[in-house]
Amino acid sequence: MAQVIYDHVTKRFDGVIAVNDLTLEVKDGEFLVLVGPSGCGKTTALRCLAGLEEVTSGDIIIGDRVVTHIPPKDRDIAMVFQNYALYPHMTVYENMAFGLKLRKMPKQEIDRRVKEVAEMLGIQDLLNRKPRQLSGGQRQRVALGRAIVREPQVFLMDEPLSNLDAKLRVQTRGELIKLQRRLGVTTIYVTHDQVEAMTMGHRIAVMNQGVLQQLDTPENLYDHPANLFVATFIGSPAMNIFPARVVTGEGTVRLVAGDVTLEAPAEHRGRLAEYANREVLVGIRPEDLIVQPGQVSEDRQLRLPVEIVEPLGSETLVHLRGPAGALIAKADPHLHFSPGELASVRVKIEHMHAFDPQTELALF
Amino acid sequence: MTTAPAGTVTQAVPLRLRERIRHWLDSEPVLAYLFMSPGWLILLLFMSYPFFLGIWISLTDRTVGLPSGEFVGFRNYAELLRDRTFHLTVMNTFIYGFVTVPFKLVLGLLLALLLNQAFPMRNVLRAALLLPWIVPTALSSLAWLMLYDAVLSPFSWLLKNWGLIESNIAFLGTRTNAIISLCIANIWRGTPFFAVAILAGLQAVPQELHEAAAIEGANRVQRFLAVTLPVIKGILVITTLFSIIWTFADFQLVYVLTKGGPANSTHIFGTYAWQIGIGGAGKLGIGAAISLYMFPVLAVLSAILLRYVRSQEA
Repeated sequence: MAQVIYDHVTKRFDGVIAVNDLTLEVKDGEFLVLVGPSGCGKTTALRCLAGLEEVTSGDIIIGDRVVTHIPPKDRDIAMVFQNYALYPHMTVYENMAFGLKLRKMPKQEIDRRVKEVAEMLGIQDLLNRKPRQLSGGQRQRVALGRAIVREPQVFLMDEPLSNLDAKLRVQTRGELIKLQRRLGVTTIYVTHDQVEAMTMGHRIAVMNQGVLQQLDTPENLYDHPANLFVATFIGSPAMNIFPARVVTGEGTVRLVAGDVTLEAPAEHRGRLAEYANREVLVGIRPEDLIVQPGQVSEDRQLRLPVEIVEPLGSETLVHLRGPAGALIAKADPHLHFSPGELASVRVKIEHMHAFDPQTELALF
Repeated sequence: MTTAPAGTVTQAVPLRLRERIRHWLDSEPVLAYLFMSPGWLILLLFMSYPFFLGIWISLTDRTVGLPSGEFVGFRNYAELLRDRTFHLTVMNTFIYGFVTVPFKLVLGLLLALLLNQAFPMRNVLRAALLLPWIVPTALSSLAWLMLYDAVLSPFSWLLKNWGLIESNIAFLGTRTNAIISLCIANIWRGTPFFAVAILAGLQAVPQELHEAAAIEGANRVQRFLAVTLPVIKGILVITTLFSIIWTFADFQLVYVLTKGGPANSTHIFGTYAWQIGIGGAGKLGIGAAISLYMFPVLAVLSAILLRYVRSQEA
């Protein structure tokens, strides 16, 4: 087990910067998720750590060794690939034993380890099968087993669940979390799926266009996104964003967007006052809009027309015609909304976010 | 006003017929046979008919120019068993087939591995590699004939210039020399097929398997043995079998370079069958028998090939 450090790592491919000055410290035993849209550099960052890509500049440290120019086999890591990369001509047993054999481990020790890990993963009955005789879920376990038997310092996982069907993915996700917590091996996990990121990682590194956007716990990413990208990337449906003008009055700060006026939260008035008479981007999560059908006689309620209603069973997504484009709100599934009618909306002001329109950095 | 136009009455019958044909064509078994029939027809006309005709001729004493021969049973086959030239022919064919193929396989594999690396002008080289395979054998054999010429051979000229030999080499002048020369030309012509087939196989090896093996601690040689070779095994088996079959059934190269000479010592089945059956003696019956002696070997190889291909599909 070991810590992993990316120290100003940059990777260029023919002039395209895939990873841009990435500095990141993964603690010993931590489960760190690299998340971002496709092409954001997360997989390249992982492959640099594995030694499958040579870094253009910067250093990578595993444990207390600088491994920047050390070949993959000497980095003491194990990787689980998206397509599992099982050797098609070898049985499950041989697949799992391959790396140990290369390291000239005694036969009995190999046998003991393979069987122990197979038992742990519930694949002990599949040891004599070839990969093509296995289901997707079983292959995934074998790929995982092949990594675990090696007892490496670090696990690298490149979207290992993305080839499973939705139900199996949720189940395997849970098992993977338990397994990692039990083995306590430092794990770096790449995914584009923010639900996987939020549920699995001790901490999450959000990347975009090769640049690390924010490194934080799932809770902090959700509650305190550092910028507009993280705010809209984490959470589903995405955070509602609309421009609003900051209007200061006697002891009040208001945010005005079209005919909607919102009272700024008291603790952020000072920060907003700097933007007096200018625009900021207001962010409100769908779950922070309390909607009810029809008119409710209460203060600080907005009345917005309903455009689309999406009942999902556990909740209903209501698309409202907002001050600038649609606003999506999560509503109680038992409430009945009809397109065209007005709905009453209360904004949880205390959970509101605001961003600088130029830098896109969070004001709060 | 109720009189229908004449046309509709006469059309009623063909309409019903058309309906019936359409209905009939909707049936899948009927369609299946219909679609297979062109293939069957070609097989029957151009493969089965000549094959069975060949068997029939081999059982007669038919000669070129005479309308038909007498049925002589297995006399032609028996005669060949006592024919010294035929013995040589069998031996030559086996040498030609089984000596050249391993060379083609190894050279083809090496070339494929080389061409699978990234380097400038790779595509040009890949295309150039195919030339020996694309150029009609009759033409390239003529080039080899020139290279092996007793007087003008550039090989002899080069070696003489380097002072390695004193007089020209008789490349095609003795049996041993001629067979070695034939094998070299055959290897030159057959290697591209191996190289291209294996190259295609190499490109189908998922990069991830190499990466997984590299992370697990395999060096280049170990990766080749543990990952590449098993994945391309099927292609190696199939190309090898194909090549043996083609080499066994070769004709052009030997015909152009030696015509079976010197003194009928370098014949293979194809050239000897041609010489006896058509070229010299015109003894069609014996010629056919010579070709058919090749049949069991090719049948066994083809059966192995087919079995292998099917087992891979399953």
